[in-house]
Amino acid sequence: MTPEPNAEPAPAAEPHPAWRRVQLARHPKRPHSLDYIERLFTDFQELHGDRSFGDDPAIVAGMARFEGRPVMVIAEQKGRDTKQKVYRNFGMPKPEGYRKALRVMQIAAKFNRAVLTFLDTPGAYPGIDAEERGQAEAIARNLREMARLPVPVLVTCIGEGGSGGALALGVGNIVLMLENAVYSVISPESCAAIIYRDSGKAEQAAAALRLTAQDLHGLGLIDAIVPEPEGGAQEDPAGAAEMLRQHLRCRLEELSGRTPRQLVDHRYAKFRRMGNFFA
Amino acid sequence: MSWFKRDKPAGDKLPKLENGERRVRTEGLWQKCEGCRQIIWKKELEANFNVCPKCGIHTRIDAVTRLKLLLDGGEYEQFDADLSSSDPLGFVDSKPYHERLKGMQQATNLSDAMISAAGRLEGRPIQICSMEVRFIGGSMGSVVGEKIARSIERAMQHRMPLVIVSASGGARMQEGAISLMQMAKISSALMRLDEARLPFISVLTDPTTGGVTASYAMLGDLNIAEPGALIGFAGPRVIEQTIRQKLPEGFQRSEFLLKHGMLDAVVPRLELKSYIATALKFFVA
Repeated sequence: MTPEPNAEPAPAAEPHPAWRRVQLARHPKRPHSLDYIERLFTDFQELHGDRSFGDDPAIVAGMARFEGRPVMVIAEQKGRDTKQKVYRNFGMPKPEGYRKALRVMQIAAKFNRAVLTFLDTPGAYPGIDAEERGQAEAIARNLREMARLPVPVLVTCIGEGGSGGALALGVGNIVLMLENAVYSVISPESCAAIIYRDSGKAEQAAAALRLTAQDLHGLGLIDAIVPEPEGGAQEDPAGAAEMLRQHLRCRLEELSGRTPRQLVDHRYAKFRRMGNFFA
Repeated sequence: MSWFKRDKPAGDKLPKLENGERRVRTEGLWQKCEGCRQIIWKKELEANFNVCPKCGIHTRIDAVTRLKLLLDGGEYEQFDADLSSSDPLGFVDSKPYHERLKGMQQATNLSDAMISAAGRLEGRPIQICSMEVRFIGGSMGSVVGEKIARSIERAMQHRMPLVIVSASGGARMQEGAISLMQMAKISSALMRLDEARLPFISVLTDPTTGGVTASYAMLGDLNIAEPGALIGFAGPRVIEQTIRQKLPEGFQRSEFLLKHGMLDAVVPRLELKSYIATALKFFVA
């Protein structure tokens, strides 16, 4: 059973509700992007490469149809077994992944197709090669260029929203989160290592970071929470995809009447107002 | 007699003073350079904006000194000086965030990790943001995000160039996902500045990492850095833990980024002002 955010305090042995969601978001059986893509879209045609360095398997992009409507899909992809995990680099994109994403977004803009992104990453890859090729620059550029896209941009955080690595695909007109997804500026483990000097205290850090869908919705950082089947998406992936489909359909409908200028202004206004917590 | 600041308390070898009179009060007047280990008169170092006159190594300067360095007569009009975080998460680490803020505000005389201001740079009016790394590591939360967004709006309103001097460890953990979203907010605002065809010069100083590098610091029409500054996305310790190897010498320093095509130039601190002035003259007649 999924604990409600306002549930009675759990007994000591029970994990903190926020930590439980972190565990669900990382559940080994939780549906990944491709599991949703195959259920939500038809005619998916993957597009590869950033045209300057390589093709990053941690980000999957391609043309598809959503209920007949042509859309561009961009998603962070984790692996299921060890071999796939290594192939997908544990869902941690490198600069070429973000640059591929931007390239296909710009194709979508050129041909007036909506962009649907799916976030699911522990974070952007922290490695020597990623730094050499400008991980920070790749993320930064995506943030600015996504703000400029003259087409509807629909973002769904399906699992782990790992900081800048997730946000680099996350500047949308609408941002959705699945009920058990998390979205955070830093992983609970790294946060615990900094503040408690003990990454084992991740549970406490998870609670302090306010990283659940319910928290982000309460802070006005996302637009809506998409419910999951009883016990979490891993219990019924098809059911989870169906629930997401309803939301995507309704949101796409909502955005489809807008002009390019209205879409850009709508997205801008949304982020400009975001997180005004000062006095 | 202590001419130099001691690392360790003096041993028994030194004769004990009977009274304080004979003690020459020169502690802290001299400083050992971190680079060449030479002894430098502190006033000389300060007059040189913390660039060692002997070896040229750059050590950090604060946000106010930075504005003195770059703006004519060291004069500027400050905006949003009282903007302060309301601690939206009620975050508590080794101490509550609101207490940490208060302590930092007293220690630095700033309300948060950034001064946003308008001034003149070689005669040209500019909007400028200068980050204060001593304030919770120069981290970016809702206040820094809002100050930059407003600076961009003022730049557009008055058609002025924007200069942001970064010195930051990244997004502020104590404000959680709110800090993260500031990256999107600022980058979106920079999109507008870009569409308005107004120049934005990003100056990266030691250190510029995390969410600050991965948003506005890398989005300048020109990205320029001071020599030897640590610049990167992930911190060196995080990378070492990931790859379980020692990092090569000079990794993530300005010169490394220049070599890998991430910077337009590495500019010594004392030449920064004239470099920016020349660039702005090129951009805006």
